[in-house]
Order: sequence, then C-alpha cells, then structure tokens
Amino acid sequence: MVRSVSNHVARSILSCDTPQPEHDLRTRMLLVVEQFLNGLQFGLLLFLLAAGLTLVFGIMDLVNLAHGSLYMMGAYFAATFVAWTGNFLLGAVLALAATLLLGIVLEFTTLRHLYGRDHLDHVLATFGLILFFNEAVRLIWGPAGLALPLPAWLTVPVAILPGIYYPAYRLAIIVVALVVALLLYLGVMRTRVGMLIRAGASNREMIGALGINIKLLYTLVFGLGAALAGLAGLMQAPILTVQIGMGENILILAFVIIVIGGIGSIRGAFLAAIFVGIIDTMGRAFLPNLLRQMLSSAAASTAAPALSSMLIYLVMAIVLVVRPEGLFPANRRFIRKRAATCSY
Amino acid sequence: MRTAFWLAGATALALAGPAYAGETIKIGFVSTFSGPTAVIGNDMRNSFELALDHLGRKMGGKPVEVIYEDDGQKPDVGKQKTEKLVQSDHVDFIAGYIWSNVLLASLKSAVDSQTFLISANAGPSQLAGELCSPYVFSTSWQNDQTPQAMGLYMNQKGVKSVFLIGPNYAAGKDMLAGVKSTFKGKVVGEEYTVWPSQLDFSAELSKARASGAESVFVFYPGAAGVQFLNQYTQAGLKQQIPLYTAFTIDELSLPLQKENALGVPGAQEWVNDLPNEQNKRFVADYRKKYPNLRPTFYGAQSYDAAQLINSAVVAVGGDTSKKDAMKAAMEKVNFESVRGSFKYGNNHIPIQNFYLQDVVKDADGQLSLKTVATIIKDSQDSFHDKCPMK
Repeated sequence: MVRSVSNHVARSILSCDTPQPEHDLRTRMLLVVEQFLNGLQFGLLLFLLAAGLTLVFGIMDLVNLAHGSLYMMGAYFAATFVAWTGNFLLGAVLALAATLLLGIVLEFTTLRHLYGRDHLDHVLATFGLILFFNEAVRLIWGPAGLALPLPAWLTVPVAILPGIYYPAYRLAIIVVALVVALLLYLGVMRTRVGMLIRAGASNREMIGALGINIKLLYTLVFGLGAALAGLAGLMQAPILTVQIGMGENILILAFVIIVIGGIGSIRGAFLAAIFVGIIDTMGRAFLPNLLRQMLSSAAASTAAPALSSMLIYLVMAIVLVVRPEGLFPANRRFIRKRAATCSY
Repeated sequence: MRTAFWLAGATALALAGPAYAGETIKIGFVSTFSGPTAVIGNDMRNSFELALDHLGRKMGGKPVEVIYEDDGQKPDVGKQKTEKLVQSDHVDFIAGYIWSNVLLASLKSAVDSQTFLISANAGPSQLAGELCSPYVFSTSWQNDQTPQAMGLYMNQKGVKSVFLIGPNYAAGKDMLAGVKSTFKGKVVGEEYTVWPSQLDFSAELSKARASGAESVFVFYPGAAGVQFLNQYTQAGLKQQIPLYTAFTIDELSLPLQKENALGVPGAQEWVNDLPNEQNKRFVADYRKKYPNLRPTFYGAQSYDAAQLINSAVVAVGGDTSKKDAMKAAMEKVNFESVRGSFKYGNNHIPIQNFYLQDVVKDADGQLSLKTVATIIKDSQDSFHDKCPMK
C-alpha cells in the first residue's frame, strides 16, 4: 500500500501536473462570485427541506425521519407528471399538490397516533416509513431511476454579470426558494393560521380549550412540511437523478441545519441553511488549492474532499458546544419555561 | 414393510447425492444488488445467467450452482460476503466485484483460501502490481488502461490542455493517473469529489470553466455519470468545452442522460456492436431474454467471467481440486471472448484492444453506443513489471 501511494505521488510529479496558470485578479474574483452563488443555491435548496422538518419538529414535536422520503416522492411525482403532461411547470404544480396530499394522508393514517409518544417511537415508526417508501417506489417505478429533463428555456446559461455565466435553472431555484421563504415568513408571522400554529406550539391544551381544532391544524402543518420537502425534491431532480434513497443523505444535512439554526425556527433554518450551503461549497472550491500550498499535490487532492465534507459537522459541533439551543431558537423564553415545567 | 424402509433409504441417498462435495460447481458472485447502483449488479447477474444458459447450466458435465451476494457498494460488507462464500459455502470460484475499493478489501480472504477470484469489473492498480496473485484473474482491465486510451485519443485530436474531475476513491485516482500518463498536453487542474455521496458538481464545474482548459475529462460510473452530464449541459459547458470520458456513459445511464450524452466520446474495451459472432449472440440473446434491457460492458465482462470459469472446469474434467491445472487453463484464454481475442499478461490482466465509442441514434431512433475506431491495439497495463509472477 505504502509503495503504491508513493507511486501515485511519483507519477503525478513526473507527469504534466504543472501548477495552474496565473489568472488575473478579475478572473479570480469572478470565480469567487460564482462559487458564492453555487453555495447560495445549495443552501436555499437545503432550506426548503429544513423548513418543513423544523416546522414539524418544532411545532408538532414530532421527529420525522421520513421527511427525506417525501422529498423523494416529490421528485418521482414530478418526473411522472412532467412525462404525462409534457409541460414542466404544470407537472411541477401537480407534483406539489400530490406531495401535499400524500403528507396529509400520511399524517391522518400513521403519524397522528404518535403525537403523545416518546421520540424513540417517532424514530422507529418513521424509519419504518423510509423502508416502506423505498420499496413502494421500487414496485411502482422500478429500480433504475428516472430522468426529469428540463425545458429548453431553463437549460441555457445566463450572463448575470459581464463574464459570469450561471445556469438559468440554478438561478430559478434561488428565486423560487427566496419567494417561498418570504411567503412562509409572512404566513407564519402575519396571518391568523400562522398565529394559531405558533399558539399551538406554545400550548396545545390551551388552544384546544379555546375551541380551535388543533388536530386539523397539525394535519395542515404536516401537509405544508411535506409539500416543502416535495418542492425541494422536484427542484433538485433535474440536477441529480430521480432515484430510490435520494432523500437519505440530504436529510442528514437538513437535521444539521435545524440543529445549527435552532429547532422550530424558520428564520434559524433559513440562515443556517445558507450558512451550511456556502461553507460546504466554498470548502470544496478552495480547500484543495489551500492544502496544495502545504502538502504535496496528490496528498492534497485526496485530503481536501475528505476535509471539506467534514467542515459542516465541525461547525455543528462548535454550535452545540457554544449554544446548545441553536443560533436562533424559535422562542427562547418559552423553551426555558417548558424546561422549568418539566423539572417539576 | 422392510422393503419400504430400504426403498426410502435408497431414495434418501439418491436425493442426497448431488449435495456431496465436488458434485456441483459452486460459484460465488459478489456485486451490488441494492441501492442506487443496483442496476449495474443486475446487469452483471443477467449476463452471468445468460452465459450459464448458453453453457447448458453445466460445466465439465457437472451442474452449476451460483450464490449471489450483495456488497451494498461497501468495502466492509463486500469483505464479509467474500469470507462467507469462502468459509461457509466453500465455493470453487468467486466472481463479480464492480468497485475497486470493495475488491481490495475482499482480496485477501479469497487469495488466502486459494479460491479463484475472477474480477468482472474492478481493476485497481495494486491488483495488477504488487498484489497480483496466481488465484486472481480479470475479465475486465486495469483501471488506468481505459483512460490511457482516452488520453491517446485526445492527443490524436490535438487537445492542448485538460481539466480532470473524478471521485475520491481507488478507481478515481487510477483513472485520472491513467489519462495523465498518456496525455501529452497540459493538465491545468485536477479535482476529486467525495464518493459516493457528493452528487452536486457545481463548485468543480465553475473551477473547470475558470481554469480556461481546452477540454474536460471525467470518470463517473453509474448514476453519478447521469448527474454530471446533466449539470455539465445545464451550465452551458457542453457547447463551450469538449468533454472526454471513461465509464461515464453506458447502456444503463444513456436512457437517463438522453441528448446530454450525444457526441460525448468514451473509451471502452467492449462495445455492443463489436462484429464478432459470440458478441452478436450475446447481445441478441440478452435482449431476447431481458426485454427492454440492453447489455453493458459490465455484463459483457461477467459473461466472459462465466466462460473463463467454464474453460478451467472443462480442462480438468470437473475436478476442481486440480488448482494448478485450472490456473494453467485460464492463462491460455481458451474461450471466445465477446470483446474478440485477448491474451493474459503475467499478472492475469488482459492485453487487449480499446475502442472509441460514440453516442448515436440507432435504427429504432433510440440512443445507443457505437464503435467509431480502435484507439490502441494490445494495450498492456503499466503495472505488470511490479507483479512478482513471471
């Protein structure tokens, strides 16, 4: 093994692995801007997934591991409906409606029975749902995966600044996610339903005693969370492929985000998602070159991807040590109060 | 009453007969049958089964039993499954192995027990060099060979500079090293991505564009190849920078890559339209037995693995305890390979031709792969000097 590693080193030194050509400052700046956009786009996509998760976790106190499955279902629905209708936007809207409906059905049939229970029961039941959805997809769509092709107007690169070309579709993701974030903020903070949701999170019994149908409210919140996951899935689908288990890796990132952002906080999820997206992308983009200053080229090329994928978890660990409740906890006063009641 | 007793005893003995050691040829087959890359494992199993059909499901007059094991694309699982096949199933041969890291983890268990291992895909450089073994044969290639052929083709096209992108694992490193060893132009950048979890290549694509390279070379097997090509096209790079590939476009990924793959060249030792008779039979019968599916190079190599095992078993008349004689038989390559004829080097890695493949629309209007040219004849891997076997 040692010999073979040194072979690789020797080979890359002997062959034409010359240092990158010197670019002028402008090209470098443009690259940084482009990488920043890449990070922003990735972060906003993660936000859509994390927002649903944090709503369900924070407001309904339900740990939903099957959130990634809803993301996958969104992608599969979109691929199917787009193929049926032949129209990308129409297919996407139908897929969104289908995921919303699926979320409501899921809450009604399964998750409703878990509310009063321990978190471990949630984990067990929703892990079962992951297996169920993976097998269901295998039965319905087969094991090979699907493609979701983009319409021509979304496949062209757009010049956002002179010299910076950016894929139109990734720009569209940024715009859609920002609009959704704004609507979500307005919906939760400025509408009556939003007020009820926040009230339900504070005191379930009290809001029930005041004559509000809390069950219906929870069903709606879960449906909304499912639709957000579905939206993330269907928007990610044309970039990746639609395949079984596609929601499992990305769900881990969504959990990291709600831990960093503070459980139950949409604002926290938004900021933490963008933070994580940018750290991840910038790490991948600039860490290899940084390491090459210190290590041999071959060692740096090997170490950089490993290190950059660890960055996010390092950040999470630091946040957990410094502020265990997350950077922007939903309602700090309330969390303390609840902790106090629990200790009786 | 007594007769009935004897009759029952005789029947029991007769039924138990085939289970005696050595009465069947036992083959273990380790590949990926779960997760996103299960389609590759399925193709390998389909082709291996087809080969057994063609052989009448017998080798050297004895029935063949195949035990398929799923490695889940994980080295530790692959190692466990290999140990199970060797120690509790006592197989005569182990074949399969898509992934270089899985094979490297499993290698010792097979070799230590003196069980023949036939790699039907993975070809890490270590296997061709210092870790070569009399008990290991390959029906594929050494990882560096295919990208080396691609590097030669890029020289022919007069490409001056390249940006390399590949996954950060054993095969990814071999592949990029392979291109570098033959490509005469300048390598302006080299990026490794986290394997297999990283599916978004936006950061790498931005760097490739900013590097000003005249071409991009990638290695992304399985679904990652679909994702890479999608993103390459969406970023507008397909019109901007010509893309060269190894193991990124095949019959499994093509239905998902669609037009994104049109005109993207790849190097391969087997293409579905190679004009030899055994290949025509393989491709035609595969498409008949598995409607709507097309065989890939993974399948072709698995088909050859079954033929190679058969040639060894036939040479010893079914007596699989004669290991030296079986080894000698396999070294002769005494069967008709679907890629055309090849020889074995001292390290049991094929010395073979590599072809240039292109994506075209075929007669049915479907996208398919087509042989365009022979890039290199009788290519031998560059690690055979390090193999102590002579």
